[in-house]
Amino acid sequence: MSPAPADGGQLGARLRDGDLHAAAAVLNLVESRSADARAQTEALLAAVSPAALGREAPGFIVGVTGPPGVGKSSLLSRLVAAWRAQDRSVAVLAVDPTSRRSGGSLLGDRARIERDPSDHAVFIRSTAAGDRLGGLAPATRAAASALACAFDVVVIETVGVGQSETEVADVADTVAVVVQPGSGDVLQFLKSGIMEIPDVLVVTKADLGPVADRARADLEAALRSLDSASAVVSVSSVAPPAGIDELVEALDAHRAGLDLSVRRVRSRRMHALADYAAEYGDRGLRALGGRREAEKWLAQQDGGLDVAALRHALEEKARP
Amino acid sequence: MRTYAGHSDARRSNELYRRNLEKGQTGLSVAFDLPTQTGYDPDHELARGEVGKVGVSIAHEGDMRTLLKDIPLDQMNTSMTINATAAWLLALYIVAAENQDPPARESDLQGTTQNDILKEYLSRGTYSFPPGPSMRLIADTIAYTVQHIPKWNPINICSYHLQEAGATPVQEIAYAMSNAIAVLDAVRERVPEDLMGSVFGRISFFVNAGVRFIEEHAKLRAMAQLWDELGRTRYDVQDDRHRRFRYGVQVNSLGLTEAQPENNVYRIALEALGVTLGRDARARAIQLPAWNEALGLPRPWDQQWSLRLQQILAYETDLLEYPDIFEGSIVMEGLVAELVKGAREEMGRVAELGGAVKAVDYMKSALVESHRERWRKIESGQLTIVGMNRFESTEPSPLTADADGGILVVDPQVEADQRAALDAWRSERDSAAVDQALSELARVARDDSENIMPATIAAARAGATTGEWAQTLRDVFGEYRAPTGVGDAVAAPSESLAEVRDEVERLSESLGRRLKFLVGKPGLDGHSNGAEQIAVRARDAGMDVVYEGIRLTPAQIASSAAQEGVHVIGLSILSGSHAELIPLVLEALAEAGVENVPVIVGGIIPESDAAALRQAGVAAVYTPKDWDLNGMMRDIVSLVAERHGADTAAPA
Repeated sequence: MSPAPADGGQLGARLRDGDLHAAAAVLNLVESRSADARAQTEALLAAVSPAALGREAPGFIVGVTGPPGVGKSSLLSRLVAAWRAQDRSVAVLAVDPTSRRSGGSLLGDRARIERDPSDHAVFIRSTAAGDRLGGLAPATRAAASALACAFDVVVIETVGVGQSETEVADVADTVAVVVQPGSGDVLQFLKSGIMEIPDVLVVTKADLGPVADRARADLEAALRSLDSASAVVSVSSVAPPAGIDELVEALDAHRAGLDLSVRRVRSRRMHALADYAAEYGDRGLRALGGRREAEKWLAQQDGGLDVAALRHALEEKARP
Repeated sequence: MRTYAGHSDARRSNELYRRNLEKGQTGLSVAFDLPTQTGYDPDHELARGEVGKVGVSIAHEGDMRTLLKDIPLDQMNTSMTINATAAWLLALYIVAAENQDPPARESDLQGTTQNDILKEYLSRGTYSFPPGPSMRLIADTIAYTVQHIPKWNPINICSYHLQEAGATPVQEIAYAMSNAIAVLDAVRERVPEDLMGSVFGRISFFVNAGVRFIEEHAKLRAMAQLWDELGRTRYDVQDDRHRRFRYGVQVNSLGLTEAQPENNVYRIALEALGVTLGRDARARAIQLPAWNEALGLPRPWDQQWSLRLQQILAYETDLLEYPDIFEGSIVMEGLVAELVKGAREEMGRVAELGGAVKAVDYMKSALVESHRERWRKIESGQLTIVGMNRFESTEPSPLTADADGGILVVDPQVEADQRAALDAWRSERDSAAVDQALSELARVARDDSENIMPATIAAARAGATTGEWAQTLRDVFGEYRAPTGVGDAVAAPSESLAEVRDEVERLSESLGRRLKFLVGKPGLDGHSNGAEQIAVRARDAGMDVVYEGIRLTPAQIASSAAQEGVHVIGLSILSGSHAELIPLVLEALAEAGVENVPVIVGGIIPESDAAALRQAGVAAVYTPKDWDLNGMMRDIVSLVAERHGADTAAPA
């Protein structure tokens, strides 16, 4: 027997009321795979959909991604502090990249984010990744769209470069890719088109001085040659920190220039497709004529549909 | 000959020291409590439950003066186990000496500050500042003592704790030498070139001696050889005396067992032989643990018993009558050569990563991995530990039958008294002078070219407290969390865990999401080896494990448990402060609305305390005799299953 899942509609209502304490229960629900829990997750997503809210969820969904060891967590720690200084509430969904045969994982990232345990406006949840390296679990997509209705900022932190930012871009309003000076990979990936151009590029370890300055200049040159207007920001997370406020501004500036509803409609479509693919696998995708075809078909559907409705539509279409 | 001692407050420790000196002890070895070691005053939130616990609480110069009352410091050799706050405790010692009647001059002081920060990151956990500034504090104390307190040993590079964290002999040698290189390179920038010979000569080591005592003896010979070579080649030390490998030793406590603890006396005697047998690599100073260290804090009688062992070795046996008995031994030379070769390779790896400071993550992961491997051998029976995984049956022990459970209990009143005494100290001092001294300290801290010691001594004179000194530096240097090393640990072979993994899988299925386990270390205790091994094993058993490292407040643990939605919580405390801290965590959990989440506790916990903890709501208590980690994993599964009414039985 399984414990009964929480009531998704009620959780959605609490989030609409701005109840930040609901966050942990929301995550417990969306991570649960039982049939009951999934039904409640759909109810939750319906309760925070634009149809229910009368607008897109106002929270700012930020993707922060980059290779291991570049200092993402320390950067995040500084960012959270900066957002809190502006009195913005923050939820961090830290996605652990390791996926092992045992199925278990060690989730230690939250330790790197300094926080005051009595400050309920900071919520941090570590979650295991999806099946593929750098993949987002369906739970993370659901959590991000739900929490965006109560938190001012929702961060999805993932590890990887070259692939993972693509998936994060499906969910986030703005994606920041974090690199450290001397990481030629990113430059190559950008030029060769392996990597999608991030909205904001962050060069860490600005305290290294000339090395960091050169890295920033190289990236800026590469972006210009690609006709990209993406911002490049240098930051240092060690004491004293530098560039953090500039980064906060660059993120906000990108979001301000965004047609939010276009981005979110696309996000819901990709979410529905990811859910569908998680359920039916490659065979399910083939029934839709492949992933690209499915994306094209989804792009023609009504933008007002929520995730569950879109998923049902996909299921309908796949039926012979 | 000395025993590591100190507890409660300065007055009680002073009485203990004077008693020990009367019994023939020839020096002092001061144990400080965790707040003093990590730079917090007794009234800080993190100090709760820890004041006076694993050593004496020293919050200011007045405490230090009381600690050393009627002990003439110009004639005493004092060893202080102090690291992150070594510069501060040394300053307190200097000022207490000048305030003695008659005053002892700085230049006459003799003793040792442990002052080794890398092993704190790797094993012991009482660090305060990030690596860069910490290395600067070490370099500053060395530069200062070489010029002002010539008989002081400013640093004791500890390989001891590396072995406790799982190091193999090769790792112990390699990481200690790499650590020494990092220190010497940092000092080289801060003293005149012609002093480097004396600096090299002042560096001593603190090593571990395990029960494989032949190999351990070879290890010491290998270290002596590498040290001499390092002096000649890297630092151009001309004087032979300066290149002599000087070390003190504490025999292994990792190998001491809680089961049949009386056997530890034999282990300790054999381990003491390992570091004394051959004259060419004989220890300068030996500290022997008490037989019941795995159970708790030793009482005066337990300490006397361990002192007597050293005295028998020195005065009854013929150990000291011969030249080096291994000279010309082919077996010994072969062992040494093998260790030297392995150590050189490992030192090369550390050097490639940019030296010991930059390689902390690498070394930590390597140690966690070695420890995991050692544990695997114990569990599989490949490694025999008598009384623990073999020959377990025992007659009832008359030694542990005492009502107090065989350990010294620190009066809980000590903490309240220390807080009150601190208030009194603060109200009686010239606070303007303190403020001024601390702002000067901050200025010097920001200016990397100045030595921190004069400003630190001035702050000690002005009456600043341990917490104020450390906070001033934290404000400038920033705070730091050391790597946990668990992320890279190799996965256990699946067959040994298959059954547990199936149980975890079934329970996770039944819960709807993966079984999630929070491993927390509340308080200031930095002994994380146990927590790390449990975290790694739980991961290998298929759980999602949240492990945030050491030094968490009850509120932090509760908040993590709530936000992470964990199903079970494991708390580890080895400092003896479980009786105070665990109820505080339970309270915080209730406040954070964490319900129906069982809490298990591991540590050095006497049965009487364990009963009280279970009474308070703890679901299970584990002590060092519970070495079967897979069994613990199964317990966790059944506990959670029971709370959720879930079924984990295999389908028929």
